[in-house]
Amino acid sequence: MADISLSTATPVVPRRRFRWSTLVDHAVLIAGSLVMILPLLVMLQTASTPDVETMKYGPGLYFGDQLDDNFRKAMFEASGFSGENTGFAMFKNSLILGLGFAIGKIVIGMMAAYAIVYFRLRFATLAFWLIFTTLLLPLEVRILPSYEITQKLGLLNTYTGLIVPLIASATATFFFRQFFRSVPEELVEAARIDGAGPVKFFIDILVPLSQTMIAAMFIIMFVYGWNQYLWPTMITTEEGMYTLVRGIKRIVQVLQGGNEIPEYGRANVLAIIAVLPPVAIVIFFQSWFVKGLTESDK
Amino acid sequence: MAQVTLDSVRKIYPNGVEAVTPASFAIKDGEFVVLVGPSGCGKSTLLRMIAGLEDITEGALTIGERVVNTLDPADRDIAMVFQNYALYPHMTVRKNIAYGLKNRKTPKDEIARKVDEAAKMLNLTEYLDRKPAQLSGGQRQRVAMGRAIVRDPALFLFDEPLSNLDAKLRNQMRIEIKALQRRLGVTSIYVTHDQVEAMTMADRIIVLNGGRIEQIGTPSEIYHNPASTFVASFMGAPPMNLVGAEMQDGTLSFAGLELPVSSTLRGPVTLGLRPEDLIIDPHGPLAMEVELIEELGAHRLLHGQVDGQRLTVHLAKEEQVALGPLRLSCREQNLCLFHPESGKRMETSFSLNLTEHSPDAAEARA
Repeated sequence: MADISLSTATPVVPRRRFRWSTLVDHAVLIAGSLVMILPLLVMLQTASTPDVETMKYGPGLYFGDQLDDNFRKAMFEASGFSGENTGFAMFKNSLILGLGFAIGKIVIGMMAAYAIVYFRLRFATLAFWLIFTTLLLPLEVRILPSYEITQKLGLLNTYTGLIVPLIASATATFFFRQFFRSVPEELVEAARIDGAGPVKFFIDILVPLSQTMIAAMFIIMFVYGWNQYLWPTMITTEEGMYTLVRGIKRIVQVLQGGNEIPEYGRANVLAIIAVLPPVAIVIFFQSWFVKGLTESDK
Repeated sequence: MAQVTLDSVRKIYPNGVEAVTPASFAIKDGEFVVLVGPSGCGKSTLLRMIAGLEDITEGALTIGERVVNTLDPADRDIAMVFQNYALYPHMTVRKNIAYGLKNRKTPKDEIARKVDEAAKMLNLTEYLDRKPAQLSGGQRQRVAMGRAIVRDPALFLFDEPLSNLDAKLRNQMRIEIKALQRRLGVTSIYVTHDQVEAMTMADRIIVLNGGRIEQIGTPSEIYHNPASTFVASFMGAPPMNLVGAEMQDGTLSFAGLELPVSSTLRGPVTLGLRPEDLIIDPHGPLAMEVELIEELGAHRLLHGQVDGQRLTVHLAKEEQVALGPLRLSCREQNLCLFHPESGKRMETSFSLNLTEHSPDAAEARA
C-alpha cells in the first residue's frame, strides 16, 4: 500500500517524443480530407452564386445569396422540352431506382442464398458458382445484350426496365451465403425440433438474425443504385423518367451549346441533392453497417 | 413418456464411412441412459438419428409404439438440448421457451402458463424478458432445458449439454439435470465424452467405440466388470491399470505376483487392476518404483513402474508414502483378464479361496 501511494505521489509524465512519422501521417490525412471536401465546397459555393458571376469569375471564395432561388428553380422548374423533368421528379425517380434496386437485390439475394445453403439441392454448388460468375459480368460488360432484351420486352422508360437488369448480379447472394454459413447448424436443428418449417425458420429466425447484414447490404446497394449513370442514360429517353445523376449532366450539357449562360447554380443544387440521400443513409445506418460487416456474435 | 427401441440401427454416410454399426438396445420408460465414448465414436450420430436430424441407413427406431424412422424431428415427440445451447439469439428467454409451443398452435394462455411453470422450475422467472446474450452459461443452459421441458416430450435428448460450462458449474448442472429428470420421469438419452458425467448420471451406460457398442450396463457393472480393455481404460479416473501378464499351467504371473487360475489357457494375457485395488503391503509380491505422487487432497495417486510396466495406485490420504521403492499387493478377486490381442474380457474365474481373503472381499464389495 505504502509503495503504491509513494509512486503516485511523484507522477512522472512521460514526455511525448516528436516523431516525423506522426507528422507525415497527419499530412497525408489532411491532404486526403481536402481532396474529399473541396469539391463539395465548390459545389456549395457555385450553387449559391448567380450564374453570371460564376461565368465571369469562376469559383470564388465566398458564398452567394442565390441558394434559395437556385433550389426552387432546380426542384420545381423543368429544364427540358416536355416540362416533366423537374428536380423533384428526378429525385423521385432516383429514389425509386435506389430503393427498388436495394430491396430487390436483398430479397432475391437472401432467398437464393437460403436455397443454396440450407437445402440439399442437386448441383447447388454448381448453381452457386454460376451465380458467382455474374460478379465478373457487371452491367457495363453485358450492356448491349441487356439493352436489346429490355427493349424487346418493351421495358424502355419503365421502372422495371430501369431496376431489374441492374439487380442481376451476385453480390448480395454471395454476402448472404457467407453469412448464413456462419449461422450455427444447431440453430437450424433446434428450430426443426421446435416444429419450424423452412418458411417459418427463414422468417422467424434467419431474417431477424440477418438484420445488421441486411442494413449493411441496404446501404451499399442503395448508394450503388442511386449513383447509376450509364444504364439510366441508355434506358430512359423520356424526360419524365430521368434520374438525378443523369439529369444534372443534361442541364449543363444542353445549355452549353447555345449562347446562354450555363445554369451552374441549378446544376450544383441538384448535385447537392444527389449527394445528400446516400450520405443520410450512411449516417443513419452507420452503426448497423459496421456491426453487419464485422460482428460475428450469433 | 415412452420406451425407445433400436433394432439394428445403422448409419453409413454417403462417402461410405460406417459411423454406427448395427446397434440394438431398448430403453425403458423413464430411464436415464448415457451414451459415452471418445470423440468420433458415433455417439452423437446415434443421438442425431434418434432425434431425426440424421437419416437412418438401416434398422428400425421405435419411440413409444411408433416406428419413427421417416418422421420429421418435430413429429417424433422429442426435445433436444444442444452443446452450445442453440438458443435463438434475437428472442427473449420467454420467446425462446415458447417457440416450440407457438409452432404447434398451442393456445396463448396455455403457452403463458406452461412457460411460467417451466421458468419457475428452473429458477428463470426473473430472466424471462432478457435476451440469451445477457445470460451466463449456466442460465443459458437452463433456458435450453426449459425449451425442452415446456413441451412435455416423450423423450429428452442431451448432446453434451455441459461441455461448454466450467468445472464447478458442470458439477452443479449435472445434479440439477439428474434431479429434474427424476422428477419429470421422462425417458432420457444423454451423450457425453466425460466418463464422470456418465457414471454419476446414468441409470444405464452404453459405451461406444469406433461406431460399435462395447458394453451396456449399469455404472457399477461397467466399472467393475468392463467387457474390454477399451471400457476398462475409458471408464474410471484414473483408469484401470492394464499390464501384460503370463498364463501357464493354471497360474497367472505378473512381476512377483502369482495367482492360481481355473483355466488351461497358456500364453500372454492382459491383466487389469483398478488403482484402488492395489494396497501397500510391506510383504506384498509387487515391487513398485514410485516416480510421482499426485496430491488430490481426499486421496493420493502414485505413479510408477512395476517390472518395467506403468502402474497407478490410489491411496487413502492417511497412508504415508515417499518416492522410491514400495511393496504392494492387490485385492485379487477384483482382477480382470483380457485377451491380449482382441482386448475382450476373458471369462476366467480365479480359483480363489474366498474365505482366506474374506475381509478384503467384504471391503471391496462395500
